[in-house]
Amino acid sequence: MTTSTDTGGARTAFAARSGGSRQLDGTGTLLRFALRRDRVMLPIWVAVTGLMVLSMPNSLKSLYGTAAERADLMTQMTTNSSLRALIGPVFDDSLGALTAWRVGVYAGALAAVMSLLVVIRHTRDEEESGRQELVASGMVGRRASLTSALLTAAVANAVLALLVAAGLAGQGAAGALAFGLGIAGVGMVFATMAAVVAQLTESARLARGLTAGVLGAAFVLRAAGDASENEGSSFLTWVSPLGWLENERSFADERWWVLLLFVGAALVQGAVAYELAGRRDVGMSFLPTRPGPASGRLRTAGALAWRLQRGSVLGWSIGFFLAGVVYGGLADGVADFVGDNEGAREIFERMGGSSALTNAFLASMIGMLGLIAALYIVSAVLRLHGEETSGRAEPVLAGAVGRLRWAAGHLAVAFGGSAWIMLLAGLGFAAGHGKDIGPILGACLVQVAGVWVIGGAAVLLYGVAPRAAIAAWGLAGAVLLIGWIGPALKAPQAVLNLSPFGHLPKLPGGGMEWAPVLSLLGVAVVLVAGGLVGVRRRDVTS
Amino acid sequence: MTKANPAIEVSGLHKSFGRTHALAGLDLNVEAGEVHGFLGPNGAGKSTTIRVLLGLLRADAGAARILGRAPWADAVEVHRRIAYVPGDVTLWRNLSGGEVIDLLGRLRGGSLDARRRAELIERFELDPTKKGRTYSKGNRQKVALVAAFASDVDLLILDEPTSGLDPLMEEVFQRCIREARDRGRTVLLSSHILSEVEELCDRVSIIRKGVTVESGSLADLRHLTRTSVTAELAGPPGGLARLPGVHDLDIQGHRVRLQVDTDKLDAVLRSLSESGVRSLTSTPPTLEELFLRHYQEDLADADADAREGAVAR
Repeated sequence: MTTSTDTGGARTAFAARSGGSRQLDGTGTLLRFALRRDRVMLPIWVAVTGLMVLSMPNSLKSLYGTAAERADLMTQMTTNSSLRALIGPVFDDSLGALTAWRVGVYAGALAAVMSLLVVIRHTRDEEESGRQELVASGMVGRRASLTSALLTAAVANAVLALLVAAGLAGQGAAGALAFGLGIAGVGMVFATMAAVVAQLTESARLARGLTAGVLGAAFVLRAAGDASENEGSSFLTWVSPLGWLENERSFADERWWVLLLFVGAALVQGAVAYELAGRRDVGMSFLPTRPGPASGRLRTAGALAWRLQRGSVLGWSIGFFLAGVVYGGLADGVADFVGDNEGAREIFERMGGSSALTNAFLASMIGMLGLIAALYIVSAVLRLHGEETSGRAEPVLAGAVGRLRWAAGHLAVAFGGSAWIMLLAGLGFAAGHGKDIGPILGACLVQVAGVWVIGGAAVLLYGVAPRAAIAAWGLAGAVLLIGWIGPALKAPQAVLNLSPFGHLPKLPGGGMEWAPVLSLLGVAVVLVAGGLVGVRRRDVTS
Repeated sequence: MTKANPAIEVSGLHKSFGRTHALAGLDLNVEAGEVHGFLGPNGAGKSTTIRVLLGLLRADAGAARILGRAPWADAVEVHRRIAYVPGDVTLWRNLSGGEVIDLLGRLRGGSLDARRRAELIERFELDPTKKGRTYSKGNRQKVALVAAFASDVDLLILDEPTSGLDPLMEEVFQRCIREARDRGRTVLLSSHILSEVEELCDRVSIIRKGVTVESGSLADLRHLTRTSVTAELAGPPGGLARLPGVHDLDIQGHRVRLQVDTDKLDAVLRSLSESGVRSLTSTPPTLEELFLRHYQEDLADADADAREGAVAR
């Protein structure tokens, strides 16, 4: 009798220490709910990532048709550190191995971004918005939310792995399975990392930024490691989960044991996340929010807009400058290599322009940053939408602030900021490349015309059809897709011309053409003006 | 400002969102210098009216003047003289309460009186160094209230400003409203807390389904409703049932309980005194009863709709 009471007491004490019993109750319900909420976003991520991988064997076949050409490519790669840094080392000259080489790092990075977004969306976002309290007050165990978030990411990564394994099976079933599992492994490492970071910060935006920063560091470490060693054996490569994916050597005598690294890292990080989650209260975080000033110096709506967006501008500035330095530094080395391959040269020429290969490489990289800057401008313009729908715009507009003045603050940050980050990218390119600062800066600033057209379209959507404002992301995504994959798929010029970036002169190297640049700027002005007319005339939504 | 210039004049205001007719010919008159209660069930159109007055929404039809100007066309000029507290205050996550108070003050076109700001922060027991995301609902409202009361404006528009405040803070709020009135400010107070409205307001407007159904001073409105009377008489009561305006008559021996339309009270009292009154209690109508009458009409409508729906099925 006494004994049984004792164990009962011990069990209660244990339950109290570990956060109560039935900690996983409700996980299934929450998982179904999360999958329903993400029913559009997750399939798009999985499909785009999967298609990028699956389209690669054909695209490579058209470039390197014969075994001799592929063997040649492989020898070239082992001697060119610039391209190894950009893409990674080649381990075999089969189409499968070349596919894993060409898209591995990027597919892994896309899976990582998808996973970190999903996990933070269902953990810290929910807590920050207060929705978590509502959910947690139901029959929901203490660990159910985190578990269902991780399971949602696991489901998405598993589907992606299956898609890749099935789609590439023609190149070798074992390699396809290893590659699919490797991509999913990178995804789950960043899912569990996001779960840890979500315990640390109180803001979901910061949690996303920090995890994405770790992903960027993983990319840089792998690139540095691969630049120094030609078979992925550098210590730096082994530190990076993206390096594990390449060192798995899919389609080249797979090293299955590397998958254990993904499993181990995910388990350790998952355990840390659960441990941290069990030690804190709902809504609280380990990095405390510091108190702010008791009185403020913000005087105008414009100053408020800058204050709200300055962190994001800083992050993008650093990223664009560093990207410029890295790609600028690789330019000469890449041209050495591409010069030897007829097909690759054609690709670079189609993407970028003139026969001067260094310039073509710079032009294609600068063009890529221009496309990415379109994402920045959309996010900055849509801050207006976020401020309005959250109700935070209302007290500002109830002050002696005209709508145009209010909008102008955010638009100045969006349009000025996009020109600023392209300028910084140009300075980075020039610093990394070590010469041609004038032409490079010019090439970067020309991109701004294309970026502003996308920004203008976002302003128009927001001003005229605020419910559809989110569609601006689709627009930026479509432009990115056309600019990134279009040339590789040999899309006709008519399709490339749908994107404003398709009309820009190919710089550096090509001749400057003012007419298309000025027309694009004109289009941007008209779009912005149309959007602002809408902002002035319509109801403020709530 | 003189009494001749009403602070808010709204007549026949219409506003639709898609198929929802949020305002269907609403009237609202607020005199300068008065505290005006703005009452109505959820979804009656109170916030929509306020957002039209702030120039955030454009009315479909009808006339609206605020401080003598057009709310849509002259929004910025009007807003210099207005302080607004929304019902659901959302703050910027990474700005401190103090920063928001100062920002909102400056956006109204002038700096806040530092002494008054400090005094209000003290009275509302607000910690201005906390960041927006760490405030509770009540504290977020305090931020907006301090910014509003510290501003030197003519008109305060408050949309259910005390829904998150505790009773102590509610006291502070009521004192601030009285001080504002004493300094000649006009206040439009949308509220669900009827005791608060009875305590503070000179006049009230009750709206329902986008239309004004009652408007006037509390005394006027009381006149329109029934008074409950309970009396103990010396002899049996006679003739009460025949009197006009008598409802729910309940006679048990010498005890009488009834409700009477307030303007017919006189005849009832005369009839009671004929029988000899031993004790008498008469309860004036509360605002709650006034308000509930309109709620109940809504409930009755909803019941009818439900019944129709059931039949149709």
